[in-house]
This record gives sequence, C-alpha cells and structure tokens, in this order.
Amino acid sequence: MLQTAVGPVPEVTSTLSWRDLWGHFLARWGVGRMHFTVDPGIYALGRPGQDSPVLVTANYKMSFDRLRASLPGKNAWILVLDTKGINVWCAAGKGTFGTRNLVHSIESMRLKELVSHRLIILPQLGAPGVAAHLVSKSTGFKVIYGPIKAEDLPAFLDGHFHATPEMRKKTFTTWERAVLIPVEFVTALKWTLIVAPVFFLLGGMGGPEGFWATAMDSGLFAVYALFTALAAGVIFTPLFLPWLPGRAFTLKGMCMGILCAGCLALYRGWRIEGWPDSLEILGWFFLVPALAGYFAMNFTGASTYTSLSGVRKEMKWAVPAEIGAGITGLVLWLGSRLLA
Amino acid sequence: MANLIYLKDVVTLSLDEGKCTGCGMCLVVCPQEVLVRQNGKVWIGNRDACMECGACMRNCPFGAITVEAGVGCAAAVINTALGREGSCRCILERDEEKTGERLPLAGPGPGACY
Repeated sequence: MLQTAVGPVPEVTSTLSWRDLWGHFLARWGVGRMHFTVDPGIYALGRPGQDSPVLVTANYKMSFDRLRASLPGKNAWILVLDTKGINVWCAAGKGTFGTRNLVHSIESMRLKELVSHRLIILPQLGAPGVAAHLVSKSTGFKVIYGPIKAEDLPAFLDGHFHATPEMRKKTFTTWERAVLIPVEFVTALKWTLIVAPVFFLLGGMGGPEGFWATAMDSGLFAVYALFTALAAGVIFTPLFLPWLPGRAFTLKGMCMGILCAGCLALYRGWRIEGWPDSLEILGWFFLVPALAGYFAMNFTGASTYTSLSGVRKEMKWAVPAEIGAGITGLVLWLGSRLLA
Repeated sequence: MANLIYLKDVVTLSLDEGKCTGCGMCLVVCPQEVLVRQNGKVWIGNRDACMECGACMRNCPFGAITVEAGVGCAAAVINTALGREGSCRCILERDEEKTGERLPLAGPGPGACY
C-alpha cells in the first residue's frame, strides 16, 4: 500500500506472474471469464506522485494486466472503472465504461486531491462510451485519448501525448484473429458435442450390414463431417478471413464450408457407390457450408470492423440461406440413410 | 495488411457540416480512419470502413455527427430478436442517456460478448 493524500492506495507492478498469464490463457478459452476481474478503484504503478499520469481502464483483469505490463519502469496511477469484468471496448459499447461511471469514479476516488494536474488518459477504444467534453465540464479533468494498444503507451507518454495514425487505427491481424479462436471454438463445440451423437446413431439406420457396422461407417463419417464444419466455421474462416471471397461473413464461411466438404468427399471418395452414397455426400455439401456459414456469421461480433447496419443486412439473406441449406442437407442425408 | 472492409453502402453515419467546427475530436476517436480533415473541414472520407461504434458522435461537442450506433454482432441481433438476456450475452438495447440511440449491451470488438 502506498500512503497518499487520499489514504492508502494498492501498489501494483508491471511484471505479470505465471498465475496472471495462466488466468489470461484460461480466459481465452472461456474458463472463468466472467469472474476474471480486479476490484474497481485507484492503483499505484511504480512510485507515482502528484505529477504522474492517470490511466483509466476496465476491471476485466486481462485489460488491467495488459495496461500495467506495458509500462515497465513508469510511475502512473491506474483508475479502474467498474465495467462488470468486461473489457474496455465492449464496456464502452455497453455504456459501463462511460461518462457517468468515469465522472463518478473521479469524484469518489478524490482524484483532484491525489494529483496536481487535470488530465486523465483513456484508451481510445473507450470513446464509444465516454463523451470527453462532458467529463471535463463536470469534473475539470481533460480527457486525453491514448493509443488503441497498451504497447504504444510508453511512446505516447514520452511523446507528449501524441499518437501516430497507426496507434489510432484498429487492426485485425492474423494473430489478433487467432487469439479469438479458442473461445469461439469452445462455444461452438458445446453444440457440436450434443448434435454429434444424434448423427452417429441416425447414421446407423439402413444398410445391409447391421446397425453398429453402419453407424461406424456413415455415423462416424457424420461425426467427422460435423467437426469439419466446426473447424471450417470457427478456425479456418477467422484465420483466412481476408482471403476468403465476398464481404459478408456468412459467404466467407460457406465458401470455406464448401472447400472443406470437398476435402471430406475426397476422403470418402473410395466408398462412393450408387445413389445412397452420392446423396450422403451431397447432403454434407449442404450441411457443412450451412453450419460453417452460421459459425462464421457469429464471428461478426468478435471482429473489429463490422457495423450493426451491415450485420442486419447480411442476416436478412444469411439466416434463410443457412436454414435452407441446413434443411436441404438434412433431408438429403436422412434420405440417403432410408435408401441405403 | 490492407483494410478489411465490411458491406458497402449500409452505414448510417452522417455529418452536419453546418455544425462542424473542424475541431478534429472525431478524427482522434475513430478507430477506422473514416473521417478526414482538409483545410480545417472534416468530411467522411471512407464511409464503408465505419463500424458504427458511435465514438465520433459521442465525442463531438457540437452534435455535428449522427450514427445509429450499435454493435456489429449477429449473436446480439439474434439474442435481441429471441428476447434472450443475461450478463454474458450480447444484446441490443436502448441507451438511457439519449433516446433513439441504440447501444449494445456488450459492444464491438474482439471478445465482444465475454
């Protein structure tokens, strides 16, 4: 605890422990994510004084950790707003990382007594929730929007609060897309694990070789196909997003789905004899793109460049297309089982 | 890498040039370089890149910018349509501060709903 004019303030360092990093890893996989928080309030990073900058962040622990980890050797105050454990950008959209909350925190933490200057630095992605001019009107603190990425903060602080155009632009690089995959995967996996056994058992219907032998063939293939659709939608589509055709995410996902269905057909190739087998494969050429398209459509929420108007427009055709392709595929596949 | 651009000609962003003073606050907060300033005048230079996050509208001291702000998230649209709620879910809801402006419960960006 650091003794200050406003009482003791908890001290933090810019070093992340293995435990912190393990927490980040788990959060990326969606484990304990809603409880991955720090207490809202003011923190002392290094040995801050009256002249030290005040940096504002959300009480999602990953946001807080990334902020402090980006500032080795710096002295700063960190003001953590109560965003219910949601990261800055999302909380700004929700309004919890917002004007009212910020004004309230500045007052309740007695920031005016803690520092002699009247500047607070917010992450740029907090701007959807905060009206800078209203904050300064009601608190006297001028809001300065810092860079998007915490990594750019040292340069920003050393450069008299100047952010380069690159610091102000949200990117969506392959790595930035890749780190989103685990949580998308886990969410989609839950559904796949419920549906896959049903397909396995239905796959045992028909055929001359008895239930289990058929299930081990068509049923197991159905399970492979479902996991292929999952991978196409939540792994390959995000990874290859910029290179997939079209702008709509559903279209990108469906293209990846068709590609993956093609791979499935090649894998199955040696066994295609007669109508039932052809229908079965044809069914997957509808089902895999339908599922991949749906998963890809849901990736709009995790992406950094989609608009609500655009998503609404996409969904107008995408949802009927996904349902239509899904039902067509299901009918073809079930038909193949009945014919077999 | 080149800019990723979502659907064309859908964005609801508009700028009232009469109210704009060219202060440039919108340029600072926009994460997509949608707005451009030339000779002290701001204009919408890259409309299709706008993700309707609403940062420019909220931070314009002169009320010169309007946009139907919201989160570009299909799950939020579905959850709202189905009437689902929950702290961990994206939904679209009316903002209390400004009527008529739509704000998401969990906003745009990576990890939107988490």
